[in-house]
Amino acid sequence: MNVIDQVSHSVPPADATVPAAIEVAHLTKVYKQTLAVDDISFAIARGSTTGLLGGNGAGKTTTIAMIMGLVLPTAGRVRVLGHEMPREAARVLGRMNFESPYVDMPTRLTVRQNLTIFGRLYAVEHLRDRIAQLADDLDLNDFIDRANGKLSAGQKTRVALAKALINQPELLLLDEPTASLDPDTADWVREHLANYRKAHQATILLASHNMLEVERMCDRVIIMKRGRIVDDDSPDGIMARYNRATLEEVFLDVARGRGRDGAS
Amino acid sequence: MSDLTSDLALHGGISFNRIGAMILRYWYLLLSSWPRLLELAYWPVLQVITWGFLQSYLAQNANFFARAGGTLIGAVILWDILFRGQLGFSISFLEEMWARNLGNLMMSPLKPIEFLIALMAMSLIRLAIGVIPMVGLALFLFHFNFFGLGLPLIAFFCNLIFTSWAVGIFVSGLVLRHGLGAESIVWTLMFALMPLACVYYPVHVLPLWLQYVSWSLPPTYVFEGMRALLIDHVFRADLMLSALVINAALLVACFAAFLALLRSARRHGSLLGGGE
Repeated sequence: MNVIDQVSHSVPPADATVPAAIEVAHLTKVYKQTLAVDDISFAIARGSTTGLLGGNGAGKTTTIAMIMGLVLPTAGRVRVLGHEMPREAARVLGRMNFESPYVDMPTRLTVRQNLTIFGRLYAVEHLRDRIAQLADDLDLNDFIDRANGKLSAGQKTRVALAKALINQPELLLLDEPTASLDPDTADWVREHLANYRKAHQATILLASHNMLEVERMCDRVIIMKRGRIVDDDSPDGIMARYNRATLEEVFLDVARGRGRDGAS
Repeated sequence: MSDLTSDLALHGGISFNRIGAMILRYWYLLLSSWPRLLELAYWPVLQVITWGFLQSYLAQNANFFARAGGTLIGAVILWDILFRGQLGFSISFLEEMWARNLGNLMMSPLKPIEFLIALMAMSLIRLAIGVIPMVGLALFLFHFNFFGLGLPLIAFFCNLIFTSWAVGIFVSGLVLRHGLGAESIVWTLMFALMPLACVYYPVHVLPLWLQYVSWSLPPTYVFEGMRALLIDHVFRADLMLSALVINAALLVACFAAFLALLRSARRHGSLLGGGE
């Protein structure tokens, strides 16, 4: 039996004939003496939105980085869109994309220049039309010929999102996609992502500290603490199990070591 | 073997479209700032003026230098090809670190070999912007026609640029692995070669044991070849061939080191931050 199949969670499994968008088996990462990710396994169905929740140092970013191939696991394996990572990364990188606060777009280049370069790297066809479409969709037209370094935080986030969507990815990995945004812009970004997922049957995996965001966007939540998965279910399922009305209360229970009934 | 294949990411071959995209990225960057463009020519011009006047002074006062006209100024220009070639390569790489853009590139379909080819192309472009005014000034002020070296110049140029790329690839790997804390190596490593490559003096000046070290460096053959051409009016093809063989080995070794350092950076999570 495949190790992925042994992972149990209460979210209904995807169609068995279609490989999961992401399959993670016994993934472990040790940095010198620090155990960042501790033997985690999960599979993410195509077309779903999954939230990776956890406090600082829970291992969310390292997990996403291993899925992207930016960090090599100490043990375990990752398959993305049916391909082994990082060994078969060349077969799959053009079909996925990401946005992360750990990377920036070149600041001296204009938004249009940046999107042109990334569009060419991802071999996007009819690139001018695609950039024009993204500029309309993400409301970039007012500053598309301005240098990226001269944009506000909200504008930069929209540009980063445009870069993440330039190749119309089947799989989108997002690390804190609405961090440092005002509530209105954050809400707008969430709505855009939800529409994109619906229109393209895309899979989204997002790491976030924003519980409301996860509650609104995700079909499924994986909660991590100290590198391990401590819970994995739908938002409603998790809230019911912890007997809480919001994911934020669940998060506090997990962070403070309280049990599923809220008791210490 | 499978690790090497995945690092090289040979599946699907090399894409000239992606290489072109990276060259376009650096071209946009160059055009976005006139001080950057000016800086490319600034130091080479200062070098040639300083050393050109020194050569003129020595030629008036020393019989040997009068006979060996152009050796100093020729050495300065060839040294700058070596040094600026490596800087042109490495600075384009550093731009990605400074911009925190490396994660975007590593997550894109761009392959390491395509990235390196784009950096090589940029080193040639930046070198042309820096060295062409330098060569023009040497002709105008000191009547030294660098292109008068003729066809041997192609052999000199190729050997120097291959060495500069090899060093550029290696130091880029170090910065990839150790972050911007290793940035100073980019600016200083080539200077460690300067005394050993015998830029301004012949190899026989060195102690015998050091001559062995010197002959292991490809630029030594180029500078000896240049002196043979300017002083004895002889083109030493044997020297150029030896330099080419050592350069080929050096390029392969530095590319392998780059892949090993890239793998180590992935193991240590260095690609996520890229800071110090």
